[in-house]
Amino acid sequence: MELLNVYQNNYLMVFAFLCLGVLLPVVALFMAKLLRPKFKSDAAKYTTYESGIEPFHDARVQFNVRYYVFALMFVIFDVETVFLYPWAIAYEKLGIFALIEMLIFVVMLLIGLIYAWKKKVLKWI
Amino acid sequence: MVQDLLHSSPGLLNFGIFFLMALTFLFVILGFVTYAILAERKVLGFMQGRIGPNHLGGRWGLLQTVADVLKLLVKEDLIPKAADRPMFIIAPVIAFAPSFMVVATIPFTDKLQFADLNVGLLYYLAISGITVIGTLMAAWASNNKYSLLGGMRATAQMVSYEIPLVMSGLGIVLLTGSMNLNDIVAAQEASGWYILWQPIAFVVFFIAAMAELYRVPFDLAEAENELVAGFHTEYSGFRWAMFMLAEYVYMFAMASLMTVLFFGGWLPPFEFLSFIPGAVWFGLKFAVVTYILYWFRATFPRMRPDQLMEFAWKVLLPVALANIFLTALLKELLNIF
Repeated sequence: MELLNVYQNNYLMVFAFLCLGVLLPVVALFMAKLLRPKFKSDAAKYTTYESGIEPFHDARVQFNVRYYVFALMFVIFDVETVFLYPWAIAYEKLGIFALIEMLIFVVMLLIGLIYAWKKKVLKWI
Repeated sequence: MVQDLLHSSPGLLNFGIFFLMALTFLFVILGFVTYAILAERKVLGFMQGRIGPNHLGGRWGLLQTVADVLKLLVKEDLIPKAADRPMFIIAPVIAFAPSFMVVATIPFTDKLQFADLNVGLLYYLAISGITVIGTLMAAWASNNKYSLLGGMRATAQMVSYEIPLVMSGLGIVLLTGSMNLNDIVAAQEASGWYILWQPIAFVVFFIAAMAELYRVPFDLAEAENELVAGFHTEYSGFRWAMFMLAEYVYMFAMASLMTVLFFGGWLPPFEFLSFIPGAVWFGLKFAVVTYILYWFRATFPRMRPDQLMEFAWKVLLPVALANIFLTALLKELLNIF
């Protein structure tokens, strides 16, 4: 029960930090609203910046597919690290057998990385 | 008193006290950020043979940043017509909130730590990943071509360098057998600082951390000579200040984390120096790490985007993976002898 209390109190502290993290921008922006001059400046100020010329087209275009491939690779390797963390903690108890198992797992993912490398996905043009 | 509080059952009163403690700490961090910016400008100034800010607040320009913040506070608020209004307003909040959340778990001395989480390191890495969503939201909401390019670059960079960062942390978790940052420091008391045991992990971690902080040489997300100001081109006044604040709070958090992981946190370097309190040691190591970050900014040229991305996947990731198995083998060998 004692330990549960400590555990919950620690996360309550994290929650307090979260509240403050959200509150600070809100309060600061509210204060800025009170302090700053109140007048509507001319319409030209509210246009999008584009080095002084009139902005043309919408900026939200279809972006380079490479970014998507990197995001996919990120998911694969991030999941790998999620598996590696519990393994690293329990390694002392598991011993050399777990090391070999994990080596096989990582080598399989490395093959994926090498495949992407050979396919020139990692190359940025 | 805090121990009693931690052992009492959680309730509204506890939350109130925690909130006040966190609020005090928030002001400490804001003070740090104020003077970190001044220190950065001064250090950069001296390294480039300039003087740096020296007008406001005496010879050392001690009030320069305070004046800058006041200026931002009274600045006219501009939201472009073409921008996505709700997203534009929420983005700085999402970028800032996680940066303050991560410092909750960092142990400054053996007594001073806000939340002693048993998943400390993983908590830090997981929460800090949220900021990139704020960045991307800001870029998308601005409806500006420079912003979108900068935001895409920032996202690609963040996700690419997150993996070496997380993997280099694994070597330390392997040696300690725990993700709790207190345990990690305690383990270094017996074995010596982890920079000696994990030099490869330190180098990888340091480079990846620089990229995560968008610091030069990895500041492509806001490369001002090609992208104006990157993802916050359209932001001004206090909305912009929130992005800057998040960046510097992350610098505080990352320098603290590196101190804890690799330089033994509050531990003295030698036993006979242990009469100096731990907070002083922590502060000294923290200052050195922060100074190195400034120093790099003055000396390294910015990287090219293609070099940046290839470096993460082709160099850092394999090296970090190799380091994990090297550490595991080292551990086995130590067990035999």
